[in-house]
Amino acid sequence: MLPGKPVFLLTDILVFGLMLCIVLFFLYAMRKPHLREPWRQVVRSKAGVISMIVLSVYVGIALLDSVHFHPVLENQNAASGEVHYSGEVISLFDEMVSGLRASGEKTYSAPFAAYLYAKETVQQDDGTKQRVYPRLSWGAVHLDNPEAQKTADVLVLGAVGALKGIAVWLVLVTLLCLVLSVRAKRSFRATLGILLGGRSGVPWRTVILTLGAVVLVLLVGAEWAAKYHVLGTDKVGEDVLYQALKSIRTGVVIGTLTTLLMLPFAVIFGIMAGYFRGWIDDVIQYLYTTLNSIPGVLLIAAAVLMLNVYMSKHAEQFASLTQRADLRLLFLCLILGLTSWTGLCRLLRAETLKLREVDFIQAATAFGVGRVQTIFRHILPNVMHIVLITLVLDFSGLVLAEAVLSYINIGVDPTMNSWGNMINSARLEMAREPVVWWSLAASLFFMFTLVLFANLFADVVRDALDPRLAR
Amino acid sequence: MIAYIIRRALYAIPILIGVNVITFMLFFVVNTPDDMARMFLGQKHVTEEQIADWKAERGYHHPLFYNDEEDGIDTIRKTIFYTKSLRLFIFDFGRSDSGRDIGFDISQRMWPSLAIAVPQLIIGLLVAITFALLIAFFRATYIDYWAVVICVALMSISSLFYIIGGQYMMGKILRVVPISGFESGLFGVKFLILPVLIGIVGGIGSSTRWYRTIFLEEMNRDYVRTARAKGIAEQTVLFRHVLRNALIPILTGVVVILPLLFMGSLITESFFGIPGLGSYTIDAINRQDFAIVRSMVFLGAFLYIVGLLLTDISYTLVDPRVRFS
Repeated sequence: MLPGKPVFLLTDILVFGLMLCIVLFFLYAMRKPHLREPWRQVVRSKAGVISMIVLSVYVGIALLDSVHFHPVLENQNAASGEVHYSGEVISLFDEMVSGLRASGEKTYSAPFAAYLYAKETVQQDDGTKQRVYPRLSWGAVHLDNPEAQKTADVLVLGAVGALKGIAVWLVLVTLLCLVLSVRAKRSFRATLGILLGGRSGVPWRTVILTLGAVVLVLLVGAEWAAKYHVLGTDKVGEDVLYQALKSIRTGVVIGTLTTLLMLPFAVIFGIMAGYFRGWIDDVIQYLYTTLNSIPGVLLIAAAVLMLNVYMSKHAEQFASLTQRADLRLLFLCLILGLTSWTGLCRLLRAETLKLREVDFIQAATAFGVGRVQTIFRHILPNVMHIVLITLVLDFSGLVLAEAVLSYINIGVDPTMNSWGNMINSARLEMAREPVVWWSLAASLFFMFTLVLFANLFADVVRDALDPRLAR
Repeated sequence: MIAYIIRRALYAIPILIGVNVITFMLFFVVNTPDDMARMFLGQKHVTEEQIADWKAERGYHHPLFYNDEEDGIDTIRKTIFYTKSLRLFIFDFGRSDSGRDIGFDISQRMWPSLAIAVPQLIIGLLVAITFALLIAFFRATYIDYWAVVICVALMSISSLFYIIGGQYMMGKILRVVPISGFESGLFGVKFLILPVLIGIVGGIGSSTRWYRTIFLEEMNRDYVRTARAKGIAEQTVLFRHVLRNALIPILTGVVVILPLLFMGSLITESFFGIPGLGSYTIDAINRQDFAIVRSMVFLGAFLYIVGLLLTDISYTLVDPRVRFS
């Protein structure tokens, strides 16, 4: 199925494992009315559906980017029948945007540029040498005379993309309308009227408009990206749009895996401290106060320094650069989790303290239900909303933290695409004349969109799940 | 009251010991001083002698916990744990890996950090409280709704953007204030304006939103309804009753970070070239100076514990219902 030999990186396995858990949870929750109700509230809010659509685009790219493999080499020896694989590891997403990946230039070029950012000495036809801005080797090569044709070409491409987008959007809307009318046993026209009139429980009109905007942006962007460097190129001539898109995986992995990795500690310790009290409570409280009192950034810095020492000592253990970067990413998640599990642990402890005095748990104890069973059957399901809220609330903070940590060189591996690394390399570009702004702007824009919609989504989820806010 | 404070202070000691042990494990057990020496001297062509010299110069040549080559008290005193970790308790930070006195550096560098952090905290607090009170005054209107949306948008922007964007706008385009640098004394104020301003703008989104919920919570209390029922004007209710009572959770929340102001901000200081403790730590991380990072970890933990202690004390001071138990 894959055009190559699959490679399973640790973070890939964990990301897909997490996705599987989420899907299973939803299938389970759909069958239980008390679990279904809060999520119904989420999809009934406008902010909820908008952020869900945007986030699913991000997560989709991250998932595509998490399927890694060794690609098949081009020049095969057909006679032997043996298939050779490249040593390089790429992802399904790389394969899909292979045009962008291969589109290297010499150095900086502005968005939609046809010429390089820096002048170069070029030999003219008549033998004289002249310092000019050379043409790009990939961006806008289809134009003979960029000065005259570029604006029109960009507009035409945009219009073509927009038309394709509208077509795809119309198909999507029709499909959605069909599904809904079959489910509600209504005529197609009546359903359409309800959808566009905004009289439905789920704000379908908002869904349709958001879907349209997302499809339009994606398809117009794709149309442009096939001919131009939409967001320019960086210092070594790599396409900035490609970098920014690749960074999505890093951000999403850090935002989700960190919480996933710390979850077992926080849940087990938090519930144990609250349920058993006594010396167990004292020990656990001591543990998290101690860890909490070390400033997070410094603990991360210290741990990453130590990892550097370890990696330089055991360089032979890492099969490839990708694997090394991946392990470093996982370690960063682990250490970020170590500094952030204390908050959740404290919340769970307090909630369990309250819960264990509640009547139904007293009744369970009176009926002779064992402690372990009480915890799993009665306490754990009743603190799950706190876990879910933390999972979504922490996401945006972690994405932002990654950028800051990478900026001070204690974040992800420098070879890995991440918004932090992009900002880190872009900060000196602001001092150039003319200003090289696109790398910085691209990373900040992509990060801002992800974090903003994650924040909005987290707010909606918190409002829906927190029983104290229930109306 | 004094007995309570003493008891709380004593409770801090096992935590400090825990921090000390964690940092010791991280810096000396996970990776031995030999690894550090190799890293520092470069991987290739390092002789055993060079490593031994490097370690002896910095006092890493002793055994970790127990020195069986010495007699009596020296079996414990001539170990890395004693010389490097236990001495932190009396704030003897020793020398950095490049040979400077860490204690002296810290005492020099904490003032620039404070010069940024203190005005940033005070002005930021005033601005955020003002905005939050305004939003609370217009609660459940479009102003409230959009103000919260703007707050969320402000929160979603990376702090790096505020710094880079602010530097570019103010320093390069408007040319009002210098981009970076530091000078002590009154002339130094112009260097402080930009970092303080950026710090305030960067933090305003989250704090305003947080304070708004505190204000709204307070507004739903019974005594506020009573005050309104008595016919007191809305402004008076807000300033006399709501503001005063809401300040308790806000200010006690600030107390915990007061001691940490000494540590400065890592990112801001390194961007603006301010010779504070934040940039000191960053430089140490980049130079891989383990001694300094270790000292800063301990100092940070100590200051955080002091902050917790102060928070507990301030709670008992402002709220008589909290008993000293």
